[in-house]
Amino acid sequence: MTLSWRRGGVLLGLVFFMAVFLAKPIGVSTQFVVLDGILWDALVPGTVTISEEAKTGFTSPNAYLDESGGKYAKAVANPLNYGFVLVLAMMAGAFVSARLRGGVPRDERTMPAVWRANFGDSVLLRYAVTFIAGFVVLLGARLAGGCTSGHMMSGMMQTALSGYVFAAGVFFAGIPVALLLFPKEA
Amino acid sequence: MTDLILAIAVGGAFGFALDRVGATNPGYIIKMLNLSDLHLMRTILLGIGVASILLFGSLMAGAIDPAHLSVKPAHLGVLLGGLLLGTGFAVAGYCPGTGLGAAATGRWDAIVFVLGGLAGAGAYMLAYRWIDGSGVLDTFSTGKTTLGTVIGTSYPAVLPWPPGEVIGLCLGIALAVVALALPPSMRLGKRSQEEERYDEHREV
Repeated sequence: MTLSWRRGGVLLGLVFFMAVFLAKPIGVSTQFVVLDGILWDALVPGTVTISEEAKTGFTSPNAYLDESGGKYAKAVANPLNYGFVLVLAMMAGAFVSARLRGGVPRDERTMPAVWRANFGDSVLLRYAVTFIAGFVVLLGARLAGGCTSGHMMSGMMQTALSGYVFAAGVFFAGIPVALLLFPKEA
Repeated sequence: MTDLILAIAVGGAFGFALDRVGATNPGYIIKMLNLSDLHLMRTILLGIGVASILLFGSLMAGAIDPAHLSVKPAHLGVLLGGLLLGTGFAVAGYCPGTGLGAAATGRWDAIVFVLGGLAGAGAYMLAYRWIDGSGVLDTFSTGKTTLGTVIGTSYPAVLPWPPGEVIGLCLGIALAVVALALPPSMRLGKRSQEEERYDEHREV
């Protein structure tokens, strides 16, 4: 049910073009910060507060949420904003597509076959390593100021220097790591 | 409100497309990076190429508002962050967008990835003052830079000539050509089972 690279590439290209045509380039990783901020604000009231002086009208004692005149603080205070809703809709879109193609096979739900071929079928090992990988990926995405969507797809599409620098970093690390960890093809 | 309707339309299409091209399957990501199945690599390169051709074609035709472009600053953190992301991407087979999408399709390891991601983003928030002070986020001299000058934007350009729109079109075509030229697999010169399956079911 996976599209050929030709059809898939055209579909993906149309989506990224439509995004910038209608509104602005697609980005995802910022919303991890926004969700963290929402959770943090629920646990510790006062994490985001209204401020007359701030450019966006919101401020935070956290330096990152307060950055650029409280840009992220504002998004935390108003989760029904473009970027956050886009990511929720993206999840809904992926859910619908997966349902229509009959869902993910049972044995694939905990780990992909290529992982099983190289590391065995310990679910605990897969989850522990995947948690750490998620930590590293989002740390990297925030350090870079974007992820595969925002920097690589949207950035290279716009001929942004940063998009090319980012993509070089991703593949320069990703290819050797994958070659080393996954010698068996599955 | 228009904002949110657009977000739902674009986000929904994006998530649907991610799943249809196979990007929510961590197996395809890992096999792209260990070079055994370049299906997703070709999809991504063609995707960027098509988007670039449409974008710069529309800019030249005056059919799109140049203010919609949004270029991110280039700094050392972009390279370091790319290296970190690439490492985790290869280990898990997920990036932030595909991890969230895969979690929605019912993959449990993707949910764990997203939880790790929330912890990583949280750690960055706590460490931000220190990281910002270290200088890695200081932009390269030109900051938010495009390869060529794009009319209607104020981004400084790396190259004085040719016009940014021409560079964008040419790079778009070049990326599509690279996608076409890449072999299905770079391992032992043999085609992966997946690729043979796609060829048999081209009409899908």
